Amino acid sequence: MEKMINKEVEKQLRQVFGAMKEDITLVLFTQEGECYSCAETKQLLSEVAELNPHISFVEKDIHKDADEASKYNVELTPSFVVLDKEGKYRGVKFNGFPGGHEINSFISALMELSGNASDVSPEIAARIAKIDKPVNIKVFVTLSCPHCPGAVEKAHKLAMLNKNIEGEMIEAQTFYDLSTKFNVSGVPKIVINDTLELIGNQPIEAFLSQIEAL
Amino acid sequence: MFNFSIQPTFTERESVDGSKLYEILIVGGGPSGLNAALYASRKGREVAILAKRVGGQLLNTSSVENYLGKDGSSGEELTESFRSHVESLKVPILEDAEIRKLEKNEGIFHVTLADGRIFRGKTVILNLGTTNRKLNIPGEDTFASNGIAYCAICDAPLYKGKDVLLAGGGNSAVEAAIDVAKVAKTVTVIHRSEFRADKILVDKLYEMQNITVHLQTQILEAVGDTRLTGVKVLDKKTKEERIIHGDGLFIEIGNDPNTSLVKDLVELNASGEVIVDDKARTSLEGLYAAGDMANTPYKQIIIAAASGAIAALAANEYLNTI
Repeated sequence: MEKMINKEVEKQLRQVFGAMKEDITLVLFTQEGECYSCAETKQLLSEVAELNPHISFVEKDIHKDADEASKYNVELTPSFVVLDKEGKYRGVKFNGFPGGHEINSFISALMELSGNASDVSPEIAARIAKIDKPVNIKVFVTLSCPHCPGAVEKAHKLAMLNKNIEGEMIEAQTFYDLSTKFNVSGVPKIVINDTLELIGNQPIEAFLSQIEAL
Repeated sequence: MFNFSIQPTFTERESVDGSKLYEILIVGGGPSGLNAALYASRKGREVAILAKRVGGQLLNTSSVENYLGKDGSSGEELTESFRSHVESLKVPILEDAEIRKLEKNEGIFHVTLADGRIFRGKTVILNLGTTNRKLNIPGEDTFASNGIAYCAICDAPLYKGKDVLLAGGGNSAVEAAIDVAKVAKTVTVIHRSEFRADKILVDKLYEMQNITVHLQTQILEAVGDTRLTGVKVLDKKTKEERIIHGDGLFIEIGNDPNTSLVKDLVELNASGEVIVDDKARTSLEGLYAAGDMANTPYKQIIIAAASGAIAALAANEYLNTI
């Protein structure tokens, strides 16, 4: 099969991944039969895993491995989570193929969870730490949207910093019914606990204001 | 398949230092801010960039065909080439910087971010760009998340096989119409006067079989139930009102300058743009403005970049005198 990651991109990725400090695991959920972009997502994740010994890749079946799927609240295919060095789910999830611009949020998640977490200001960190109820952040994206990875990265950042928060990218075209349900007509669209909405790549403060209002 | 914009964030990236007094602090990361950084850095000035996003509005452009020597680059490729040029000079860039306040105290500029961090500069070059202008019609807010879109390259895939309406008649509108028409079933361009776009673009638009054009047509209202279903328009020639149906409305009618941060600090013109002189100087000493937020005519990438160079050279000259 032809490689998805060409030589040039491979070189760039190897260089970026060179800064990884800790092991991470990608757990991908697919299913037998009809599954739009399952094969592509599997190929990308397995090619990425070959680029650095810190990255492991596991494929699961959403039905056969239902227990595991429910552990990570996985309900769609393809959907994958990134686990930290202890194999813990830190709320970092991608639903759909992370190609196009979304490759950037994907790489960012890998780097952050492998021991390269970027700083947030002490004020923001304190606000994030105070969140004590379950928060689910859905970020609907398209792969041609340059502003979308920024919104996904913020949702993931919040998730990594507080175990009550889960952040998920949702590729709007792959999951058309879900996008319709949440009236996605412009991206990035951010939906918090299926009720509150934000449009655009909002600053982390805007995410927090919404979450604090829950 | 992949639109990489991998930054060396995880490796050797320079960071903006809150304890340092920069000689030239650049606020905004579009073409003018990046070019200002290039020129300032080459003059040996201590310089840093605070940016909401590097590239700014340029990122929304799928194909740039009027930047000399860069025919056909995507906005993103052009952004990355600008960025890598600036970063090769070790200019620190802080991204996701939400600017809340700009003050000048005892000759020093203080820029406060939403997260509370403060950065200081002897001079500041503002490049805050613009925001998509709204139509300001009934229904626009109601359907803002239910059928109205402002970023054609982002949102076009959501309208695959659908009938799309597009408001505007400038270069951005015509480019957007062509982009959206590649995925949508039909695109109907509605504009209140005649096309202002470059002829080469308008010719391309008319070549697309699935684009219909209504000129001299004013949009009065966005209509629908739970979602947008169309717009009510006024045909300016016949004076007749009618409904044009569509599943989505892209608004590409131009931009308004992002000057709310400085409206009490410097003089603005009637359009809300910062008034600058031929050396990009605002009415406040040491504060420069460049790019689309300034009252320079013609909002073009190359003009924005050039105005950033002027601002940096002028700031450099000023620093020699203080």
